[in-house]
Amino acid sequence: MRDALNLRGNHALLTKANPLAKFVSVFLISLVLALSIDWVSASTALLAELALFPLAGLTLRLLWQRAWPLIIAAAIGGWSTAIVAADSGAVLLDVGLWSISEGSLELGLGFMLRGLAIALPAILLMTCTDPTDLADALAQKAKLPQRFVLGSLAAMRLVGLMAEEWQTIGMARRARGVGSQGNPFQRMKATLGQSFGLLVQAVRRASRLAVTMEARGFGGGQRTWARESTYSLLDAWVILGGLIIAAGAVLTAVGAGTWSFVWR
Amino acid sequence: MSATQNGTVRPAAISAEGWGWRHAGRARPAIEGLDLRIEPGERVLLLGPSGAGKSTLLHALAGVLGDEEDDSDETGSLLIDGVVPREQRGRAGLMQQDPETQVVLSRVGDDVAFGAENLAVPRDEIWARVHEALDDVGLRTAAVGGLALDHPTAALSGGQKQRLALAGILAMRPGLILLDEPTANLDPAGVLEVRDAVGRCLDKTGATLVVVEHRVSVWKDLVDRIVVLQPGAAAGHADSSKGGVLLDGPPDQVLAEARTMLMSAGVWVPGYVPSTRERRNESHTAQLLLAAQDLAVSREKPRRKGFKTIPPVPVQTGIIAQVRAGQALTITGPNGAGKSTFALTLAGLLAPVDGKVSAAVELSEGAGIDPFTWKAEQLISRIGTVFQEPEHQFVTGRVLDELMFGPKHLGHGEDRVDELLERLRLTHLVDANPYTLSGGEKRRLSVATVLAAHPKVLVLDEPTFGQDANTWAELASFLSELLDAGTAVVSVTHDQEFSAVLGGTELRLGPVQQGEAKHQEAGAA
Repeated sequence: MRDALNLRGNHALLTKANPLAKFVSVFLISLVLALSIDWVSASTALLAELALFPLAGLTLRLLWQRAWPLIIAAAIGGWSTAIVAADSGAVLLDVGLWSISEGSLELGLGFMLRGLAIALPAILLMTCTDPTDLADALAQKAKLPQRFVLGSLAAMRLVGLMAEEWQTIGMARRARGVGSQGNPFQRMKATLGQSFGLLVQAVRRASRLAVTMEARGFGGGQRTWARESTYSLLDAWVILGGLIIAAGAVLTAVGAGTWSFVWR
Repeated sequence: MSATQNGTVRPAAISAEGWGWRHAGRARPAIEGLDLRIEPGERVLLLGPSGAGKSTLLHALAGVLGDEEDDSDETGSLLIDGVVPREQRGRAGLMQQDPETQVVLSRVGDDVAFGAENLAVPRDEIWARVHEALDDVGLRTAAVGGLALDHPTAALSGGQKQRLALAGILAMRPGLILLDEPTANLDPAGVLEVRDAVGRCLDKTGATLVVVEHRVSVWKDLVDRIVVLQPGAAAGHADSSKGGVLLDGPPDQVLAEARTMLMSAGVWVPGYVPSTRERRNESHTAQLLLAAQDLAVSREKPRRKGFKTIPPVPVQTGIIAQVRAGQALTITGPNGAGKSTFALTLAGLLAPVDGKVSAAVELSEGAGIDPFTWKAEQLISRIGTVFQEPEHQFVTGRVLDELMFGPKHLGHGEDRVDELLERLRLTHLVDANPYTLSGGEKRRLSVATVLAAHPKVLVLDEPTFGQDANTWAELASFLSELLDAGTAVVSVTHDQEFSAVLGGTELRLGPVQQGEAKHQEAGAA
């Protein structure tokens, strides 16, 4: 977790863009893709996103390592849509209650591609954006409240710590005779207990961290920023790129006659 | 550049007059009627029994105590340079005990800059201060490879984290530096690292220092005054005529006058090793219970990549060790050598990466050779493990339930609980919530709970870290008794006096790449 959020060694072009520009770009693509449920617009966007991988320093292998749950979820979502959606066109497979027809397959495929096409930009954004730089941009450029932004940033550092703590508490409890074996009820009880232990530690850590931050003068009025969040020409290209992908997805779908608003 | 910026630090003066503080929701004040003056540039070591309100005073000076809204209660006055601490952010800098929570941001440079940013220091000056502060605490020297500003803070050791915190404080240019047990969680090398960095910075800036710490010998030569607070107002012992201070003066004088009193309060005064029970029947031919063979250890789990399983990179390899009934085994070595990881693997809590841990029939009693495969109930009556942080092991909300937990699950051994309560002085706390106990009480409870299941092997991870001398002596004596009674005791520790009390053998784990000796040496401890 800690390593996954660490950008050291990633010198790809998009790491130099302003996080806010990247954020806007991702938002544009997601918004457009959320409007329709056809497979043409989704696959157009998906192809364009895959082409952007090298610019963000992402490889297919890294993608799989970081996002496999999302990819599997998209596949399952698509499959179940294909099974349960109302049939239209020729029936391809019929197993009693479940059937897959041309229409439902198309819908399922569109669903899966759409899931991926919406998830990928977010993963791209995470891969080439340092959380600290994102916080700088959100506070300095988007003018979000600094208390909230910096508080979240500091808390995020604790999340990685909590993953280690979870493992330690698990072992510590096994050493007390609380096993993770037994029937589902016992397991659930053990997990609940472990979660409570983690919660106690998280609250303690968080309050100590809050004291540390307050003692360093955090929470008062005016503050300066050691890292200035700036825009460059690259950011114009990033937003333009987002616009092109979004518009391209819509136009190809409309051209192919597959575009259909979700509410219709 | 540093010459001009030195001038900007103005050492702070502290004055307390009849000062007291009651935390919200508490019946009695944590500290009461304190009269104290500290002149600019003085370096003060603050001592006193637990519950004397030392941390409360430091938090108040740092300006982080309470809100106007809650129902906490302040009496008298506590001022820095004649002004209330809350109203002058950045005048004092505070370092606390837990290194993990002294770091705010994930890159070294950003973390140091954080305080200066909050004080609205102009950008160019912030970075000048960051470089200077990192130099001052020794984090840019060749010895640590000269950390880059974007070095991840998560990759630092405990001692480095505390020095980073010090750099963050220095970058605010405070006139008062407050240290609340800054080295309690560190190994001996880390303790000296931090102490020396503090000394260098004080010499350079001339700032006032107030440090709270049990281990007097570490700080004695760095401070020029020791103040001993009275036993807690919270405990109802305060004698208000004395103004909350029991003793006050130059270190040597105070230590000479109050040596006996401080020792009985559990303070580690220099040259004091508390008396402990001696081992009586140490034999070297005792029953073998547990053995590690060519063991490689890691906390990481194997990763799955496609259809292949990739084992984690071990932190230590080729460990050979034997655990025998009635004998102590002490695991030592530098940070990162995998001492705790090895102990947890030996205790059946982590799976070996390579090699094996095997239990003798006398220990396993039919549960199988590999302790990692034992069920939790099987494990606790055979191998008991005491973790470094007692809170990690609490599973109930009451001290007595905590002790009865093991025996209840095993269906026997409840009769032993009273004896343990008595022996570890927990009888008066049976109805208390474990989380509300003091550090020493928590440590004693965590040992008692594990022993309630009557294991033949006891594994302890840094049991004496941050403990006062009284708890230390009790623990060492108690373990020596257990050893004589035939329990095997495995401990991970940096504490040489502690391993000397337990006797037995030492297993020294070296840095992995250099492949130092990893074999047990008899009588080395």
